[in-house]
Amino acid sequence: MIFTMNRKFIFLLIALIVLMALPFVAEAIGESYVISSMTRVLIFAMAAVSLDLIVGYGAMVSFGHAAFVGLGAYVAAILSFHVNEAIPVFNFPFSYDGSNNLLLILLVAMLVAALVAAVTGLISLRTHGIHFIMITLAFAQMLYYLFISLDTYGGEDGLLMQGRNQLPVIDTSDDRSFYFLCLFILAVYIVLALRLVNSQFGRVIQGCKLNEKRMQALGFNTYWYRLTAYIIAATGAAVAGVLLANKTEYVDPGLFSWHLSGELLVMVILGGLGSIYGAVIGAIVYLLLEQILSAYTEHWMFYLGPILIFVVIFARNGLYGLLQKRLNGHA
Amino acid sequence: MPDIILYTKNLCKSYAGLQANTDLNIQLIQGEIHALIGPNGAGKSTAIAQLSGELVPSSGSIYFNGKDVTLMPVYERARMGLSRSFQVTSVFEEMSVQENLALAIQAHHGHSFYFWAAIQKNKLLNQQAAELATQFGLLEHLDLAAGALAHGEKRQLEIALTLAGNPQVLLLDEPMAGIGPGGSKELTRLLDGLRGQYSILLVEHDMDAVFALADRISVLVYGELIATGTVQEIRANEEVQKAYLGVST
Amino acid sequence: MLLFIEQVLNGLQLGFMLFLLSAGLTLVFGVMNLINLAHGSFYMVGAYVAATVMQATGSFLLALLVGLIMAGLCGLLVEVIVLRHLYKRDHLDQVLATFGLILFFNEGTRMIWGRQPLFMQVPELFSGSVEILPGIPYPVYRLLIIVTGLLVATGLYLLINHTRLGMRIRAGASNRSMIAALGVNIRWLYSLVFALGALLAGFAGVMAAPLFAVESGMGESILILTFVVIVIGGIGSVKGALLGALLVGLVDTLGRAFLPDLLQWMSASDNANSIAASLSSMGIYLLMAAILAFKPRGLFPAG
Repeated sequence: MIFTMNRKFIFLLIALIVLMALPFVAEAIGESYVISSMTRVLIFAMAAVSLDLIVGYGAMVSFGHAAFVGLGAYVAAILSFHVNEAIPVFNFPFSYDGSNNLLLILLVAMLVAALVAAVTGLISLRTHGIHFIMITLAFAQMLYYLFISLDTYGGEDGLLMQGRNQLPVIDTSDDRSFYFLCLFILAVYIVLALRLVNSQFGRVIQGCKLNEKRMQALGFNTYWYRLTAYIIAATGAAVAGVLLANKTEYVDPGLFSWHLSGELLVMVILGGLGSIYGAVIGAIVYLLLEQILSAYTEHWMFYLGPILIFVVIFARNGLYGLLQKRLNGHA
Repeated sequence: MPDIILYTKNLCKSYAGLQANTDLNIQLIQGEIHALIGPNGAGKSTAIAQLSGELVPSSGSIYFNGKDVTLMPVYERARMGLSRSFQVTSVFEEMSVQENLALAIQAHHGHSFYFWAAIQKNKLLNQQAAELATQFGLLEHLDLAAGALAHGEKRQLEIALTLAGNPQVLLLDEPMAGIGPGGSKELTRLLDGLRGQYSILLVEHDMDAVFALADRISVLVYGELIATGTVQEIRANEEVQKAYLGVST
Repeated sequence: MLLFIEQVLNGLQLGFMLFLLSAGLTLVFGVMNLINLAHGSFYMVGAYVAATVMQATGSFLLALLVGLIMAGLCGLLVEVIVLRHLYKRDHLDQVLATFGLILFFNEGTRMIWGRQPLFMQVPELFSGSVEILPGIPYPVYRLLIIVTGLLVATGLYLLINHTRLGMRIRAGASNRSMIAALGVNIRWLYSLVFALGALLAGFAGVMAAPLFAVESGMGESILILTFVVIVIGGIGSVKGALLGALLVGLVDTLGRAFLPDLLQWMSASDNANSIAASLSSMGIYLLMAAILAFKPRGLFPAG
């Protein structure tokens, strides 16, 4: 037992060192675009972890998780848009000019996502299984069309940001600093997520996944616990969305698309449901696979598709499941 | 007049025109073991599901501790002390026995909106889970996945989950189902040990267990209660013999 | 009023198109308990093949025939090679695998036909308009879609309610273990149902080809509407799929046609137009959310 813990610990340590060293190595060998693409990986890993909290631990298969990524991204773009254009976001009941402060934006994004998740969750969580999959998809589609219709913010064409949101001390416009910022936020988020799934609340959520009827008979109001989990996951996705908008300095309604929701699900399943590290691994592998394949062929999706199918059929617990077998030294 | 802790008033349930329960008036006296028997399809499970809150009655009402709970959701009744076990064993198969018990105990510790503290370090939960495990002979299996337990042990875990929050009333839905004569005897002994501490409504097909345990028996046939009385009264009741006991013995 | 009738017909036409897609999908859900995100791919295959055959030969009948066969064949192959292994799996595994199928099919069509969309002529025989009511001309081809939709709905009704195969399908949708007990060869039944669903999707694709641009990814935008349809109708119910499809078709078409005017009329605000546009795009999703909020299993839940 101690032996396996150590192995896992060593593995994590190596992973962290690799991630810390990566930007320096990339710059040293003159391939600094790697920093940018790894930043993207880290951001998606965070979104995948937040999705895993509800899909993997709570069996709430949301097919609309991208909606919260999109909301976060738009909060970042809109608030800074208003500062730059010097038009108040709203005038009533008080005038608010928007902001370029990343910390404040993160906070607002989480609040907005939580609010939307609370409202949509109240309805969605009345349904189960396939109906839940579809109703979450429907809500994401609604937001997709809503943002297409917002002409002020570019409608279908999206909104270009004039530089990244700012932080004190850290220069977010520097790609390397921004990479470390994302790595730091992801690391903090992983720790929070691990605590969460291992807490009393986490146990309740897992109980709801395994046997909701029994949970109710035990005296749990499962609806509120599931709703809370749904809201928590949404705030995580919103943070990823803010970072994503800042990374690309551009947002468009495509962020709400079912395709992105699908990709997030793929990352979670690929890595292995119900494990925080699995979601991270899934995101890394999926995006790297995408990049490697697309380096060789324009038609990379043609090959990625069958690979995904192959993984589903033959690696039932995802990649983390395979890895765990090796780390534990036995089945 | 003895204290009646749980009773129904003209409880009816129909599915798509089919009458599953008609004008049920069941009274559970404080501290008694009250068996609800009847042939398959008599509506016993429907009655339990209405008492526990999974099914909403078509008409009539249910009173628990003097309070009308007819429309109260399952979890609220459970928190008030009305706890049920399931006919098809319903434990958390992928969790360990310890985790199963801790979860059941947690349900009665107020809310569970604690997001930070590691659950396995919660001394109170662990201690109470261990006590519960000891009571039900599950102590040596604490770390085993519930799914890996033998059938009889799983049944005991099921009862343990039902008892976790010190409820007042137990609704036991065929606890002896499929555990064989040996397991049945052991479980009978265990339930006998609970006599007086809890008020128990027992749905059961195993007549040996019923006659050994029940203070009173109600007989349900075609959704209607045809008799309620002590074991002797029910044994002697001609209508019951005709409708039920006569067929099975 | 004239415009209204025309828009109602347009709504019906979209509705029947959606019905062709959702009938197969809802059966696959109901009978095999399989979520198939790639159902739209068969629609796309039908459209591409038909457009190609039409360009090469000029014969719509031939295009229809080949399109149907290829879509059905694709369905059969996909079922045998991939999906057969996933019936007993978690819905999530099915989502992942069929997501992979979408990538495969979308990119495959790009490799074969390129990135430029294809266009298909409306067959000459159906290219004109008829006056359905005095003063209302309506394209024959759109009427044809409504008529064929009606025919398919009737055919499916007869198939499901009055044949041996239909009995087995119904049994499968309501009680899976029962048909195994009846000694029905489930593998064969499943393959057949799946291929039938793919064929119907391909049919929708062929019929859609002259109306829309035939392009990679065309399956997904309509697939989401299809999901909305079967969720509204109740999963596994063909009757629900028909009603859901017509409801979605009408709400979507009428919403887009009349909501802008209605809002303009109610408020003279500049924003009315863009708000109306987004509201009418969101209309069916609002409808779905509202229905699921009150009937979490759809209007006609099967089984």
